[in-house]
Amino acid sequence: MAKRSAPEVNAGSMADIAFLLLIFFLVTTDIAVDSGLSRKLPPWEPETVDPPKIKEKNIFTLTLNSNNEILLTSGGDSERLAIKDLRERTTAFLDNGGGKGKDACKRCQGAKNPESSDNLQKAVISLANDRLTDYKTYITVQNEILAAYNVIRNREFKKDYPNLKMNFVEATEMYQDRAIDDKVRENLKEKLEAIKLVVPQKFSEAEAKRD
Amino acid sequence: MSKFKKKKDGGLPPISTASLPDIVFMLLFFFMVATVIKEDNLIIENKLPKANQVEKLDKQKPISYIYIGKPSANYVDTYGTEDRIQLNDKLQRVKDVQAFVAAERAALAEELVPTLTVSLKVDKDAKMGLLTDVKQELRKTNALKINYTTKKGDVLTN
Repeated sequence: MAKRSAPEVNAGSMADIAFLLLIFFLVTTDIAVDSGLSRKLPPWEPETVDPPKIKEKNIFTLTLNSNNEILLTSGGDSERLAIKDLRERTTAFLDNGGGKGKDACKRCQGAKNPESSDNLQKAVISLANDRLTDYKTYITVQNEILAAYNVIRNREFKKDYPNLKMNFVEATEMYQDRAIDDKVRENLKEKLEAIKLVVPQKFSEAEAKRD
Repeated sequence: MSKFKKKKDGGLPPISTASLPDIVFMLLFFFMVATVIKEDNLIIENKLPKANQVEKLDKQKPISYIYIGKPSANYVDTYGTEDRIQLNDKLQRVKDVQAFVAAERAALAEELVPTLTVSLKVDKDAKMGLLTDVKQELRKTNALKINYTTKKGDVLTN
């Protein structure tokens, strides 16, 4: 018998099949968005409890109207505020440290204006929005407030734990990374909690006004 | 002489395409791994706003999604142009949010219930009114961990 080699299988259409699959996956999937601004809502209280008394100078009130403009009320004055100035002004308010005696703020590095917030523990940011405010404006304001807290938290974290060579935000990211050793993460968690106590987020939201 | 002639006869050899399937398969596997199949079929517009102080959502903890936005162009005739809430595959009303959260909780193991995070995917042009109502409902049903899901980017370009 004559020696015959096995006929080669034609693999020319393999590329077509693979392309078909590729296009199917390209069309049916989208890269998942899995990040955002995490917040905690206050628990529901049906009966109105007397609100805690807070000195006016310790409140930084932001009001968003239906035209997406920001009104800032702080220390008795009201003014219209541009979004680009919001982060700076919020940081200045939180970091003011105008308190004296037992209200004195050791960590603050601000202007020590007696008309502005006493210390980091007492400074409260209040946000009220209209029902017709755009969501993107609301998110922008939320983002800037969070940024202001992060500025101060980063600074305090670096000051308290200089040998870690990272800031609060980086440490939070590292803590959330499950690929890192558990012991390291537990250690980070303690430090993060400590900073959160030093620089608490006192942030209150009023229910949207009805028109 | 004849040896030289023979070589010139062949012309350009065809380029081998044998490795093409391999390349395409590599691309295919990349996309299969890097993408997630859409969880819900959206009947509303859902362009998320941008923010830069974002935290990653922990995928190992349970997440429920609430979508808010205007009905997309195909559904304007049926549902109008007002902002609507989408839970799973249907447009629902504000009062249905509590039932939705209850159903999501019922599907979880008991120890995971307190870790449930509600991811609010709200269109950037939606108005705050409806979102405020949804947040009140979430407070009533004690689902307090929320996440305003956003894209990463500069807020000033929102």
